[in-house]
Amino acid sequence: MVSRTLLKSTLTLGLGVSALLPVVLLAVWSFAGRWYFPALWPSEWSVRAWQSVFSPTSQVWTALWGSLWVASVTAVLGTAIALPAARALSLGTVRVKGLLSALLLAPLVLPSFASVMGIQVIFIRLGLADTRPGVVLAHLIPVVPYAVVLLGGVFGGYDARLEGAARTLGASRSQVFWRVTLPVILPGVLVSLLFAFLVSWSEYLLTLIVGGGQVLTLPLLLFSAVQGGDYAITGALSLLYIAPTLAVFAVIAPRVQGWRT
Amino acid sequence: MRLLPFLPALVVTALLFGGGLLLGGLQSLGYAPALGQTALKLDAYRDLFADRSFWAALGLTAWVATASTFLAAVFGTAFALLLQRAGAGGRLRFLFGLTLPIPHLVASVLTLLLISQSGLLSRLTLAAGITSGPQDFPALLYDRRGLGILLELVWKETPFIGLNVLAALTRLDPRLNEVARTLGAGRWTRLVRVTLPLIRPALLSSGILVFAFSLSSFEVPALLGATSPTTLPVLAYRAFTDTDLSTRAEALAISMVVAALGGALVWGYVRATGRGGRG
Repeated sequence: MVSRTLLKSTLTLGLGVSALLPVVLLAVWSFAGRWYFPALWPSEWSVRAWQSVFSPTSQVWTALWGSLWVASVTAVLGTAIALPAARALSLGTVRVKGLLSALLLAPLVLPSFASVMGIQVIFIRLGLADTRPGVVLAHLIPVVPYAVVLLGGVFGGYDARLEGAARTLGASRSQVFWRVTLPVILPGVLVSLLFAFLVSWSEYLLTLIVGGGQVLTLPLLLFSAVQGGDYAITGALSLLYIAPTLAVFAVIAPRVQGWRT
Repeated sequence: MRLLPFLPALVVTALLFGGGLLLGGLQSLGYAPALGQTALKLDAYRDLFADRSFWAALGLTAWVATASTFLAAVFGTAFALLLQRAGAGGRLRFLFGLTLPIPHLVASVLTLLLISQSGLLSRLTLAAGITSGPQDFPALLYDRRGLGILLELVWKETPFIGLNVLAALTRLDPRLNEVARTLGAGRWTRLVRVTLPLIRPALLSSGILVFAFSLSSFEVPALLGATSPTTLPVLAYRAFTDTDLSTRAEALAISMVVAALGGALVWGYVRATGRGGRG
């Protein structure tokens, strides 16, 4: 029993430190004025990076709004699109279930960038290239399969007879959805929304292909900051970028077992 | 209509995604009506297969994806077993999973800040007297073997596989191990003959996802890898954004190779698991 307690505290300490280290490292860099090799600690501190990130003329505002816009719209659309499919897949008795699952989940294992590069000619013709709606459409490709999987788990323990009972009692179809179905599945729907938000928020290459640099999101800004070699700005932008993802994780981690972004 | 609920999702995954792959395939064969080219030919693939940098990229991509999946599976399983022995509560699992929501772009930044030749580790080894300067610290970034890429992927994917395996471990009937013990099986035999076979499905399915992700990862090799050899997705993106429009077919041919690699893997997985049935 002693060894078990010891193992537990060792693991807590080790994992805690390794979880904390990234945030600390980014924070120290974001406040570093001068931190040249071989100093172990910045020799001068500065708020320059944060000032420049939050200055009124900073591109960060555009990028932040772009990221929020794309990820929110993608999350809502992706969840709404996946909901009926997930429900029918877990409750229904479709004969071609195997084929349907394969079609719905294929983007999880095949490269979405290959497909988006292929469809870009159509996006250009339809005026979707270089626009946020175009980027949302591209992000839906990796988001919908995840939402189908997550929402499928929600319907696993769902009793569809509740809906039948509500119908016999005279409820209309929309009343049944809003008053019976949705309240039961709401926690799962929220998890799916947050997860979809996270997948879209973390997306880089698809935004770059469809947005062509015209649709600015935080990862695009961060990528050029890294390449420019300004690590103070990089640290500040990274913290800004991961703050919502860590918050989302804290909310949904207890509810999701498998996890991929 | 029973298929109606599937329609919106299928519009995304079959029409948009599948259609995109199909169009990509056609364009890789030189189909470009806007440029007046409607004949299908294999020129792009012929050029590609004659190009040494393509083979170097294919080799690096396959190596990085295989090695990172293997290492993440080993470390993930080890952590899952340790966490289970420690009676992993929610807090431990939360700490273990905390790398999951960090985007690969930021994970690459962290890798860069930690293990570049002027990074924090190099400074620490200098201070400890192990190295005598930045050039003395091993060049893990921008190297031909993609070690920096590998490190980032293993760091990010170990908790993913680990949590999936841990979920499978907690579902296991503890009596199985007890029975094996009463029958005289030692700790090692029980691990290899009882536990591992039972967590195999979880290990395989999460491993497949990690492999597929590593194959098509872009930010990580773009930031941590060498300019040449690079990985297939980076090569594809470079060709795709080339101002010379004729490289479009080449970009899509490279993308089709990545898709084929992923497809072949899944096909093998379905065949392997389909034979023994589910469970």
